[in-house]
Amino acid sequence: MPAFTPPPLPSDDKRWKIVNGTMRKNGFARHALIETLHTVQSSFGYLDDDAIRFVAQSLRVPLSQAYGVVTFYHYFSLKPPGKHTMTICTGTACYIKGTDKLLASAEKHLGISQGQTTQDGNISLAAARCVGACGRAPVVLTDGELVGQMTNEHMIEQLERWAVA
Amino acid sequence: MTIEELDQIAEATRAEYAKYDQEINVCMGTGCLSQHSDQLKDALAKQVEAQGKNVFVRRTGCMGLCAAGPLVLVDPDEILYQQAHEKHAEAIVKSLGGEPIKELQCDLREHFDQQVHVVLENSGVIDPEKIDDYIAHDGYRALLTALSDMTPNGVIRQVTESGLRGRGGGGYPTGLKWGTVAKATGDIKYVICNGDEGDPGAFMDRSVLESDPQRVIEGMAIAAYAVGASRGYIYVRAEYPLAVARLQASLRDARRRGLLGNNIGNTPFSFDVEIRLGAGAFVCGEETALIASIEGRRGMPKPRPPYPAVSGLWGKPTLINNVETFANIAPIIRKGGKWFAGMGSDRSKGTKVFALTGKITNTGLVEVPMGISLRQIIEVIGGGVPDGHKFKAVQTGGPSGGCLPESMLDIGVSYDALLKVGSIMGSGGMIVMDDTSCMVNVAKFFIEFCMTESCGKCIPCRAGTAQLHALLSKICAGNGTMEDLELIEDLCDTVKNSSLCGLGQTAPNPVLSTLKYFRNEYIDHILHKRCTAGVCNMKAEEEVPA
Repeated sequence: MPAFTPPPLPSDDKRWKIVNGTMRKNGFARHALIETLHTVQSSFGYLDDDAIRFVAQSLRVPLSQAYGVVTFYHYFSLKPPGKHTMTICTGTACYIKGTDKLLASAEKHLGISQGQTTQDGNISLAAARCVGACGRAPVVLTDGELVGQMTNEHMIEQLERWAVA
Repeated sequence: MTIEELDQIAEATRAEYAKYDQEINVCMGTGCLSQHSDQLKDALAKQVEAQGKNVFVRRTGCMGLCAAGPLVLVDPDEILYQQAHEKHAEAIVKSLGGEPIKELQCDLREHFDQQVHVVLENSGVIDPEKIDDYIAHDGYRALLTALSDMTPNGVIRQVTESGLRGRGGGGYPTGLKWGTVAKATGDIKYVICNGDEGDPGAFMDRSVLESDPQRVIEGMAIAAYAVGASRGYIYVRAEYPLAVARLQASLRDARRRGLLGNNIGNTPFSFDVEIRLGAGAFVCGEETALIASIEGRRGMPKPRPPYPAVSGLWGKPTLINNVETFANIAPIIRKGGKWFAGMGSDRSKGTKVFALTGKITNTGLVEVPMGISLRQIIEVIGGGVPDGHKFKAVQTGGPSGGCLPESMLDIGVSYDALLKVGSIMGSGGMIVMDDTSCMVNVAKFFIEFCMTESCGKCIPCRAGTAQLHALLSKICAGNGTMEDLELIEDLCDTVKNSSLCGLGQTAPNPVLSTLKYFRNEYIDHILHKRCTAGVCNMKAEEEVPA
């Protein structure tokens, strides 16, 4: 059997080298699929068709299986995120303290629903399943930074600040 | 690394700290960090230098009382400050050796006195990113003792004797599980630590991994020695970046100290651990689904048997335990199984960490002996429901658990007692609700969670949770009928008894328990189109025929 040669990198983008590095570290083993997808997402912000195809070919995983894994796990995103992301925790403790209202208010303010990005690509709105900071409920993540005991006014203020910037 | 060398490190570390007159411990868990306790720590260090005091400023893990963060503990006076910010640094350093600052002082004797710390003994005490701190607190002593003085069977005997049961929620006897894996034949065996804490409202594992990561690694190494495994995996949620970073640093330090890797403690035993990141799937907390996820596939459960103990990761015998279970191992080996069995209730031994959240004064992490009553946890340790509201229910066990009313608060917390009243121990989330929560709505919330998290492999869970959600939505909207209630009960029974894995088997618990204890709320919604908590948007009142 001829030795397996991984496909060439999709472009000159340096980030592909990071992705390739993760696969090499795992010896291009099939079970490194999720690890590699994590690297792609943290480098590019999301997973597009090219990335999934490249990873699947490199790891000799059927494309259908790779796509299946991507769609199964909530953490992976197939759409590019906006410049800013407002993530609202919808875990039980936060829910009891009213994040459902925060989410509804943010949806109304931005005119999009959760999981979407505003038309100008500026702000994404996401809902998370518990970030484990329940002691500080209700919790939101503004661009990944955890803010506890959030009020509606504060959240709208933050959204407006992003809209201007 | 031998025990003598370990003693030397411990001695040197203690001597280093003894040089200082006092110590200031700053909590740097996720909760306090979100309130910039890192800046507070830097400011404190700067002030210590500016004021020329002989004081050590230490970064520590979670101190438990997350709602009052950032927390600062001054040792040896044991003065606890709450909501301390950068601007208070100067005053705090100035007050050292004199009168404590009254305005910042947190006096919650009742909160702390009722607790017994075994798993959390080092949380908020040691620097989680320094392995020597852990060693100075008897760290890795259990592992090296086990390797040099105990046989693998001897280790399993101690664990069995301790009566420790799986802390992930199932409550399977840990010693029995270890024994099964040890007896299984295979050239390679694996040890997996389940840190996929998917229960919304629970954060015990995050806190342990952030505050005392070495303890979990030591527990895994002891388990590996006992069952004959050579490789380990820690499966952590990607949503816990701090825990992942601290684990990575801890693994590196442990390898450097020769406590992981080849020939640990100059014995033939070799063991190493890798981290695997979860990707946001609740079902991956189920052991067979977790194994599938580590193998790089969709996290779907498999029918058992064969159990992972016989055929797990890549078909090899695999031991899977929860973070908190592994965190209990080192003290059990150090102090003996009998010591551990001396705590707790009849069939649930030891202590349990709970994440106390929701409508309660002292939100945060508590560790209590098993058998303590729910009332004591909520009213004494938790400080009761704030803002003059009335207690309505406590939810244990996350989306798989039940909601218990006031009349059930006097039962002692144990695996069997909670199961008997229609809830489960679960991983340890405890969410308190007051009269502003509608129980029908809460049941709908949990079913919605299970519906979106169902992996879709088996029909009862996939279709059943969706139908339950539709029925509950109908009741919440004011369109329910009494027949719907019967249908719900019937459907719950089907989902519970015919689903493949724990997710489906326990998904109806919140519905069944609210139906049992808060049936009048369902009836209010159906017959009177009324939501007493004012949560559900009902149709206008006049539509009800007079």
